[in-house]
Amino acid sequence: MALAALPKVSDPGLDETSKTLTKEQINKVINQVVDKETAARFETYLNTCVHCGLCSDACHWFLSNDRDPRFSPVGKVKQTLWEILKRKGNVDEELLRDCSRIAHTECNVCRRCSMYCPFGIDIAYLLLTVRRICSLLGVVPQFLQDTVNSHAVTMNQMWVKQDEWIDTLQWQEEDARAEVVGARIPLDKEGADVFYSVIAPEPKILAQLIGNMAQIMRVAGIDWTMPSFDGWDNSNMAMYSGDFETMGRVERAHHEAALKLKARRIVMGECGHAFRGAVYDGPKWLGWREPPIPLIHAVEFYHELITTGRIKIAKKFETPVTVQEPCNIIRGRGLGQKLREIINATCSDFRPPEPAFEHNYCCGAGGGVINCGPPWKTSRVKGNQVKAEQLAATKAKIVITPCHNCHSGIEDIIGGYKLGMHVKFFSEILIEVMEIPEELKA
Amino acid sequence: MYTFVSVWLVWIAFIVFIGGLIYRFVTLVSMAKKDKVIFPYMSLKYSLRSLVHWIIPFASRNMRMRYETTVVTFAFHLCAVLVPIFLTAHVAMIAFSWGVSWPMLSEAAADGLTIVVILAAVFFLLRRWMLPEVRFVTYPSDYLLLLVAAAPFITGFIAHRQWLDYDVIVMIHMICGAAMLILIPFTRLSHMLFFPFTRAYMGSEFGAVRNAKDW
Repeated sequence: MALAALPKVSDPGLDETSKTLTKEQINKVINQVVDKETAARFETYLNTCVHCGLCSDACHWFLSNDRDPRFSPVGKVKQTLWEILKRKGNVDEELLRDCSRIAHTECNVCRRCSMYCPFGIDIAYLLLTVRRICSLLGVVPQFLQDTVNSHAVTMNQMWVKQDEWIDTLQWQEEDARAEVVGARIPLDKEGADVFYSVIAPEPKILAQLIGNMAQIMRVAGIDWTMPSFDGWDNSNMAMYSGDFETMGRVERAHHEAALKLKARRIVMGECGHAFRGAVYDGPKWLGWREPPIPLIHAVEFYHELITTGRIKIAKKFETPVTVQEPCNIIRGRGLGQKLREIINATCSDFRPPEPAFEHNYCCGAGGGVINCGPPWKTSRVKGNQVKAEQLAATKAKIVITPCHNCHSGIEDIIGGYKLGMHVKFFSEILIEVMEIPEELKA
Repeated sequence: MYTFVSVWLVWIAFIVFIGGLIYRFVTLVSMAKKDKVIFPYMSLKYSLRSLVHWIIPFASRNMRMRYETTVVTFAFHLCAVLVPIFLTAHVAMIAFSWGVSWPMLSEAAADGLTIVVILAAVFFLLRRWMLPEVRFVTYPSDYLLLLVAAAPFITGFIAHRQWLDYDVIVMIHMICGAAMLILIPFTRLSHMLFFPFTRAYMGSEFGAVRNAKDW
């Protein structure tokens, strides 16, 4: 069937690196991944799929691109894995480049499709296997690879140096003290109840979120700490590029930092993929069934603070709000109900999206897609028109997004489709509505 | 020829079918051990929870989004399994050979259910042609597998109606049936075996690890 050519996107990470490879190199890596790194799931998924196409309606890319079959989950597997296997691993640079484009930039590995496949085939896992092959061959979108390089060298995503990290925390502590008396960001405190970790974009470009947390922790009276050393960044783009060796190092560093400080539990900031890496993908790679110490996402933590009365709500947020339910904490951890409860506890006009909870659409940015950078922004925003329509239908003014990838992705969609909305993390709502006791008011 | 088909081929087909399923199951288990995440995360409770939601019509969102496909798919699979097992002619043959028997479908019911299977196969064929997302992922083997699944029912129906030379058609019918049985373990028709396991794993991962629903 004739399908119009897709717009060509230039990305040296794909175009230049793929040119340097020989067929033998490609073949060797494919065989290594297929023979040594995959087993029952890979084989069974490929042999069970009856090519029915029922996964298609799950995918925001498919729905947003006029139901173009190249964007359906199984369509993406066909163009990548089936083609690789059909050619018995004898793949040329052109196919490899297409594989990376499809697996890295046109699939958010949000796993919505595995809820629509009658067999429960984990299609995202198949596309992550394609990413793995591409990554081992060095064919990865340049911006994404840069963040992975940063992880490998600095153990954080954004080349943040240790003195910059500590300096940022001190600066944010000072800012927090201007609002709440005695707010602190305790560094390297042993035995604290909470080890709080964030993703590197927070100190780099959204430092006030850390200051907000210092205020919330002070008002709630939480015994907490952050590490001054590597392991403070809980994000993990290596998990998405296919560089699982680096992914494992990053996850280990994060968990070990908390263990070193003898913290009772880890609370992770408002990020979905980081949570997925820490609770699931990382431990799996490292051979741990569960994370070594209890680990919760910020949404669970805020829920605990609000329901136990440690944080009281002074006045509800009145502007109409809706929610972007991040895949990795809703479909990935079942926090949908708790998220609704904290929104209802803090906001007076909540407009629920449809579809919702596990069935909500992905933001289009997660899974490393937004990290593929500016070259791919146009296709990413086009690939999530369905999200723009869903948000517009709520007629809300604010979209609460307790995830960094969702936050940036939804902002792009709001801009691209001129929705006239704004995006907020939940902590930004909480900081506005929480009651600060008189004695703590600065 | 007739004896070869009706005796030997049928025996061969059943031996390959059952042996093949056992072989596929054993290799599945050994591969599952190699795939280190499977056994640690498997949970009976969540496996069953997932299976229940996917074997009851309209219990999952996707089934509710496509009513016609759901109805046809359930009808097809149900009839395709029930008709061969409870068909009067099949039960009578086994009773004649081995002296064991079980309840049978009335002729009218068997005819009706066979027509359901054939019409459902036509529906699947049309779906492959008409929906771009299905056509895009359709290989010639998909048509072949559909034919393999439908042929025993088409030929059985013709034989029962005695539309063509009965002996020839019955022989073709037996060959088609044998081909289907032989191919089930070694083609994508093996979803008959794998369905409960893929569902069980996904159900376990969703339930036990992700605390979420998968339907």
